[in-house]
Amino acid sequence: MNFITSDLIKSVSDFGDLTEIQDSAYNIREDGKCAARKSTENIKIENKTDNPGIVITVKPGTKGEKVYIPACVTHGSFDDLVYNDFIIGEGADVTVIAGCGVHTADDGLAGHNGIHRFTLEKDAKVVYVEKHLGTGKGKGIKKIDPVTDIILKENSSLTMDTIQLGGVDVSTRKTYAVLEKDAKLLVRERIMTDGVEKARTDFDVILKGEGSGADLVSRSVARGNSHQEFYSKIVGRVRCTGHSECDAILAENGTVTASPSLEASHVDAELIHEAAIGKIAGEQILKLRTLGLTEEEAEQKIIDGFLQ
Amino acid sequence: MSLKLENIKWDLSDENGVSKEIIKDISLEFGDGKLVVVTGPNGGGKTTLAKLIAGVVTPSSGKILLKKNDSYEDITNVDITERARSGIAYAFQQPVRFKGLTVRNLLETAAGRPMNKGELCNLLGKVGLCAEEYIDREMNTSLSGGESKRIEIATVLAREAEISVFDEPEAGIDLWSFTKLVEAFEEIREMRKGTLIIISHQERIISIADDIVVIAGGQIRDFGPRDKILPTLLSDEKTVRCPIKAKKGV
Repeated sequence: MNFITSDLIKSVSDFGDLTEIQDSAYNIREDGKCAARKSTENIKIENKTDNPGIVITVKPGTKGEKVYIPACVTHGSFDDLVYNDFIIGEGADVTVIAGCGVHTADDGLAGHNGIHRFTLEKDAKVVYVEKHLGTGKGKGIKKIDPVTDIILKENSSLTMDTIQLGGVDVSTRKTYAVLEKDAKLLVRERIMTDGVEKARTDFDVILKGEGSGADLVSRSVARGNSHQEFYSKIVGRVRCTGHSECDAILAENGTVTASPSLEASHVDAELIHEAAIGKIAGEQILKLRTLGLTEEEAEQKIIDGFLQ
Repeated sequence: MSLKLENIKWDLSDENGVSKEIIKDISLEFGDGKLVVVTGPNGGGKTTLAKLIAGVVTPSSGKILLKKNDSYEDITNVDITERARSGIAYAFQQPVRFKGLTVRNLLETAAGRPMNKGELCNLLGKVGLCAEEYIDREMNTSLSGGESKRIEIATVLAREAEISVFDEPEAGIDLWSFTKLVEAFEEIREMRKGTLIIISHQERIISIADDIVVIAGGQIRDFGPRDKILPTLLSDEKTVRCPIKAKKGV
């Protein structure tokens, strides 16, 4: 691992070096190559045979284990493409930490396209943590375009906690999910853009199993002259519950578009969407100023809390 | 530290630019370490007075002076942040909600330092809340009106300020929590931890005051020690007769 990868990993994966995660399975991807890998008794990581990337297989019944799969691009003129497949065995309960950092110090584009496909067998549970960060003073565009494709089988659940920390010039995040009987999908997305950054989010969720449920919550802050777009589509074909929420704070000249879509084709499909876009409420700033913060400190505190 | 208001006036303009005097020449001193209750009929200017002290609104004329170590500092044009830093805390009548900020975030911001669980427990206990249940909750609309009001009061208690202003702390609080709150006010007063200015209509709070100020029609109707003011509190109040019934001679 080079030092840029080490720095990026600290920010996006919450570990300083490999000794901190020595009991877990991991795969460190650096500039399109495997920099380090470890499988455990219950979590096996292997190369894919058809495309670049890995297959992570979690044995049925595995409980409480973590798997780290950070990917970093450390220079310009490199647009990484990787396919990672997750096969989570019946009744397993694991956490996947998949940070992504892109860095460029020159004029070349540094990009990462991670195609993550999750298949959760019956009763499996996954917490999927994904942090994205762009660094480097180069003029090259820093781009992260993740695709997450999820199949949730009976009574399985996936919690996706995804955050874009900043410095990413362009991002398009696509999340597709199909939920079978009693399956649950919970997404918490937080995005911060500044300068002239652009971020787009697409959710496409099909609730096809009786009793399935999806809860998609996106919170975003658009500062400077940045622009964000939020698209979500929840389709309810059976008795199910679907909720999507887009909350956005605008600062300076930031702009946000929210386009939710709901499609219910069953009388017992309960689908809800909420969206709120606006600047920070004046009374919130006022309250924090009465606690001794300046206007700028109050604004930062509100944004940090909103995205935490 | 004590606070002095000198000839304070405040006007409010309506959409047609017509100005109405809400506070009409108020002069008053809130003594160091005292518990002063400001009371009076609705619409009389009590909340405006609280906002003037906190710096949320600026007087049209007059002076606000802070007495520290026998010398007065003019804080009339000092902004809200600086006024807070100089030792004035203010509990809003209507608590503000925040998406994302937790109760712990807010209390630690108020205290200006990280707080351990014991401290948070002690603080929230004073307003009748269990820290275990609340510290990690977001200060958003999932909290009831009474819960958010109690947390609002706790943010001011957390500041341990020299001068604390509470605008109708009783509103929305159940009887049991209210008793705890009155005890917290008494404790602050007994320990001489700071001056308390409480806008209230509540008899329990009025009955623990050192001084009582009665504001009506934007002016001070009465001001003095509790024993002097309390017996006369309602003496000048007249029930407004219904003009229709009066006309009919009912």
